Amino acid sequence: MSLSKQDVKKAADLARIEVTDQEAGDALGPLEKVFVLIEEMQQLDTENVEPMAHAQDISTRLRDDIVTEKDQRETLQASAPAVEKGLFLVPKVID
Amino acid sequence: MFGKTVKELGDALRRKEFSSTELTTAYLEHSKALNKEVNAFITFDEEQTLAQAKLADEILSTDNATALTGIPIAHKDIWCAKDWITTCGSRMLENFRSPYDAHIIKRFKECGAVTLGKTNMDEFAMGSSNETSWFGNVKNPWDLGRVPGGSSGGSAAAVAADMTPASTGTDTGGSIRQPAALCGISGLKPTYGLVSRYGMIAFASSLDQGGPMAKSAEDLAILLEAMVSFDDKDSTSLEKPTVHYSSMINKSVKGLRIGIPKEYFSDEIAPDIQNGVQDALKEYEKLGARLVDINLPTSPLSVAAYYVIAPAEASSNLSRFDGVRYGYRAPNYSDLNDMYAKTRAQGFGAEVKRRILIGTYVLSHGYYDAYYLKAQKVRRLISQDFAHAFKTCDMIMSPTTPSTAFKIGEKVSDPVQMYLSDTFTIAANLAGLPAMSIPCGLDRNQLPIGLQLIGNYFDEAGMIAAAHQYQCATDWHLKKPPLHNV
Repeated sequence: MSLSKQDVKKAADLARIEVTDQEAGDALGPLEKVFVLIEEMQQLDTENVEPMAHAQDISTRLRDDIVTEKDQRETLQASAPAVEKGLFLVPKVID
Repeated sequence: MFGKTVKELGDALRRKEFSSTELTTAYLEHSKALNKEVNAFITFDEEQTLAQAKLADEILSTDNATALTGIPIAHKDIWCAKDWITTCGSRMLENFRSPYDAHIIKRFKECGAVTLGKTNMDEFAMGSSNETSWFGNVKNPWDLGRVPGGSSGGSAAAVAADMTPASTGTDTGGSIRQPAALCGISGLKPTYGLVSRYGMIAFASSLDQGGPMAKSAEDLAILLEAMVSFDDKDSTSLEKPTVHYSSMINKSVKGLRIGIPKEYFSDEIAPDIQNGVQDALKEYEKLGARLVDINLPTSPLSVAAYYVIAPAEASSNLSRFDGVRYGYRAPNYSDLNDMYAKTRAQGFGAEVKRRILIGTYVLSHGYYDAYYLKAQKVRRLISQDFAHAFKTCDMIMSPTTPSTAFKIGEKVSDPVQMYLSDTFTIAANLAGLPAMSIPCGLDRNQLPIGLQLIGNYFDEAGMIAAAHQYQCATDWHLKKPPLHNV
């Protein structure tokens, strides 16, 4: 397979990471090496193999949908970049 | 009081030979001085540390002291600790003060242990050399021009340099075992699900597992007892009967069938490592164990599968760092999308961005089956290899790493060369098996060699006992780095 600079830019856009044209170009070489490594998998026949999504074949435990924590809004917002009246502030999205 | 194990320090504390405050103060001073050279710690918080030591001294004056009461422990900076700056080695969290304790931090507190500081690590645990940390690379105490391994490199270097009696780490693809091997200490990654991931900043959730790092297998047992406990806040935490690992360390290895996977003894391994590991295996035979040839035929593809699965999970996990609820936010931006993109461009380092891009790409439309699904199938086959092998052996042994500590800067320009330093450790994470590394020699440059033990599910007690028996018969774990040069 061969990656293009456009592929890098598209992935970066999907991942919400700003990249310049120069950065996308610089990233390409090392990424191609990684994909050569990854492609080694294709040599193996995995027909009829059940995919393994998790380290153990157990179903995730469920719990009742009840409140378990007390209100800690101020504590939890103390590390936020911008807060006003208990709300997280972000740039305006609706005019 | 330096140079002692957790076991020895605990006994001395309970005999009142010195107080936790004295011990902790001494370690703080010693570590702060050495840290200028080694850079193993990101954060010290003397006030909080000494307050905990004072509390421990009160417990020590009663009958309620545990094996860990009053012992200073360094925690990898991936664990959230209430009121401590918790950075995960990233600019993104440079000023993040955790509002809560990770489950294991809470457990250590309940045991009366003292948090000595938070250790340096590869950014978001992505790296094998500690060179991706925003806070500068950690140096290997055995040779300050070399890397300590990663991602728990700070925790490993701190134990090796005796800047802490013991530490905690996390292991997603070898991040406890590889630095333990490169720094000449003992480290253990438990069976997936034994140690709660609550409060551990997530990298690849189906692989991440916390564990102890220490000077001896006996100390690993003591720390593991504190770390293993069911936690309803981690949906993958397993409910298991309590195991007293430290009371089981004297189990003999007579009759133990040690599986030797030929795939892990290739010509690519440094000759000194081959010799060191062969000598260790001979020692095990002397102790009564039997060597059995086994095959792990899919294991050569474990690195390839891992570099699909781990980045895929990471790209999802790290989407939370968006400059809204916590962490870094770019100073200038035009709109919301631009704020996300600039925040993440500036807050993440190059390796983290690379993995997010890989993960985003392999999960994107049209590639899912070829990469992610394929990797999950390879993962199944790797796991089945182990199940098959454990029909004829009780434990697997191999080198932990293909080379000893490499030079700072040696592998930074080629990510694949860096990734391959985890070539023997990754398979255990994919299968969810417990594995550890213990020192088993020094190479021609006087650098430590690690022996890897891989156990069957939940056989931590058997592995620790096997490691302890080896450490009773040999003294590789007692070798000290030449830090008088510092």
